[in-house]
Amino acid sequence: MAIIRKLKNSNFKVKMMEMGLVEGKILRVLFRAPFGGPIAIDVDGYTLSLREDEADLIFVDLKNSTD
Amino acid sequence: MKVALLGNPNTGKSSVFNMLTGMRQHVGNFPGVTVDKKTGILEIDGVEHTLIDFPGTYSLYPRSKDEEVVYKSLCDEKSIDYPDATIVVVDASNLERNLLFFSQVYDLQIPIVLVLNMSDIAIKQGKKIDINALQTVFPEATIVESIARIKSGKNILKETLTKLKPRKGHVFDTNIHVASSEDIEDQEQDTEKRFQKIHQLISTIEKKEEVQKERPENKWDRILVHPVFGYLIFAFILLVIFQFIYVFAAIPMDFIDAVFANLSSWLIETLPQGILSDLITQGIVPGIGGIAIFIPQIALLFFFISILEETGYLSRVVFIMDRLMRPFGLNGKSVVPLLSSVACAIPGIMSARTISDWKERMITIMVAPLMSCSARIPVYTILIAMVIPDERVFGFMNVQGLVLFGLYTLGLISALVMASIFKFFIKQKQSGFLMLEIPSYKMPRWQNIGVVVVEKVKLFVIDAGKIILAISIILWAMASFGPTERREDAVKLAKIEAKNSLLNKEETNHLISSAELENSYIGILGKTIEPVIAPLGYDWKIGISLITSFAAREVFVGSMATIYAVGDDGENNSPLIAKMKNEKRPDGSPVFSLATGVSLMIFYVFAMQCMATLAVVKRETKSWKWPMIQVGYMGVLAYLGAWTAYTLLS
Repeated sequence: MAIIRKLKNSNFKVKMMEMGLVEGKILRVLFRAPFGGPIAIDVDGYTLSLREDEADLIFVDLKNSTD
Repeated sequence: MKVALLGNPNTGKSSVFNMLTGMRQHVGNFPGVTVDKKTGILEIDGVEHTLIDFPGTYSLYPRSKDEEVVYKSLCDEKSIDYPDATIVVVDASNLERNLLFFSQVYDLQIPIVLVLNMSDIAIKQGKKIDINALQTVFPEATIVESIARIKSGKNILKETLTKLKPRKGHVFDTNIHVASSEDIEDQEQDTEKRFQKIHQLISTIEKKEEVQKERPENKWDRILVHPVFGYLIFAFILLVIFQFIYVFAAIPMDFIDAVFANLSSWLIETLPQGILSDLITQGIVPGIGGIAIFIPQIALLFFFISILEETGYLSRVVFIMDRLMRPFGLNGKSVVPLLSSVACAIPGIMSARTISDWKERMITIMVAPLMSCSARIPVYTILIAMVIPDERVFGFMNVQGLVLFGLYTLGLISALVMASIFKFFIKQKQSGFLMLEIPSYKMPRWQNIGVVVVEKVKLFVIDAGKIILAISIILWAMASFGPTERREDAVKLAKIEAKNSLLNKEETNHLISSAELENSYIGILGKTIEPVIAPLGYDWKIGISLITSFAAREVFVGSMATIYAVGDDGENNSPLIAKMKNEKRPDGSPVFSLATGVSLMIFYVFAMQCMATLAVVKRETKSWKWPMIQVGYMGVLAYLGAWTAYTLLS
């Protein structure tokens, strides 16, 4: 579990925000596709899939040590 | 009245659309873009209104061509699709994020209805929405609750549209404005401010009870996206689908085939002899039959694809396939267009619209026609039956089946190889983008599936059908007419020859009609290209079929039938395969040897022989450049592949 601190500036920033990746939201990694494929995260009860390089654009603060 | 239907993806928007319009739907185009415009007739108290289904978007700001039409149609009052009212479908279980788009559309000052859909799921998740509080935030909107999946809310929604609240200039927040579609920085600020305000408001609108942390579908996902089982299950599902398509589609296909064959022979007997009845029995009826025969396969494929999509499984497939497709310059989303191309490249290429990344979309479109489509099946089937022995290897594997499998595999492998080559030639500054929402698992809604199937079949029959029919007629005309003098001379010569070699009447007729065909326009064309195709093992009759196949591959079988039917005056009813097997070269060896047969199969795997697909590629890519490159590279592959096969086998 982690809290979104900031989204890195990129062409996708607005799109990522629209899909609900907003500062302060809690996200949780649900599962990963094999071979370094995309990861699936839970934000606010829905699931998003992100490629690794897209996930790299999200800065988070880890919460406790649950994830 | 013109009503726009809007909403985020996965909000049940298409269920709302189907609920309001039933099957009275029509697919057209938005001006200037390639996105399909689905419109439906919405009847309220006997008055008919137009409901336009816009593509699902997360905001007003376009991120792909698909989404541009939303901004353009709603923000420009002069746009042809500018609506008199909007219905925004909002996922009640996902209110906070959905309100972003709603608040943007609300600010456009068009009379607006908020449909709070899937409220049952919200309640299950322990969320209770205070409609009065929501109404206070958006006083000029009408709020309706619905569960469109089970058609709940239909009448209230219709009634609402008759008494829309007028817009008096109220906006979500006077400090926030909708940005222009180009100004990214402004969009960022707009989005940020809106979310901040929505976040402040949400606690007054939505009451959350503490509920179970884990969603039930996580159990399913553990298996369906599992590193091993995920792929095994996907492979198994594909296998089952293709088995169904081949086994079940064969029944209606044989039926359609028989109906048109009987119709043709009945017409031959009934109609008075003459050019017009020839046109009908040899041109139009077989032409329509050639279109109708593909309907069962297209319908079945889209039936299965839409079940996978409806249940939410397809986005898991995108998820697990993405990493595997990326080395080839493709995207997890390319799986659907490529798979659909196995039925027909036309819907396949159109479904590539979901790929928001331009480069990955282009590569997908460029290689999709290499996947063996159903139009190649009749060609493969007839050639395999002719040159491949019906034997078994290892006791159980049918050789003919193996060859068919091999042709499909060849198509797939060449598609992947070509994709990785295109990866280096198609340039783009921005990197790819996959991010997508994985919807929760749902039971499929059969009406939605029915609508998709009908839509795709219609698209094929109308878009590809008219070209196939036109070519059938042109083909018939080219085979029936020729330079008069040349034809008469040839017939005279044939008659003299028949007399000299003491042929009986039947043999004489045969000789005359093949002399006529040889000197028809199509025969002349076939002979002209014979030197070019001779190295591949083809004669001028095959040449004719190759030319006509450039209209559409399945025409190969049709033109073979036409050529041989015209050749024997339609008196001989033995099946086409037998006729082709008996065809001899001047030296007495069969025309359709193993080498020629295999060479032809390979040619058909690679060659871009489908005018309808080219037309679609042009429409999708907005230039003739891409379809021309396609014709070029696929033609080179076809010629080299066929030549290699013929040289090795003969």
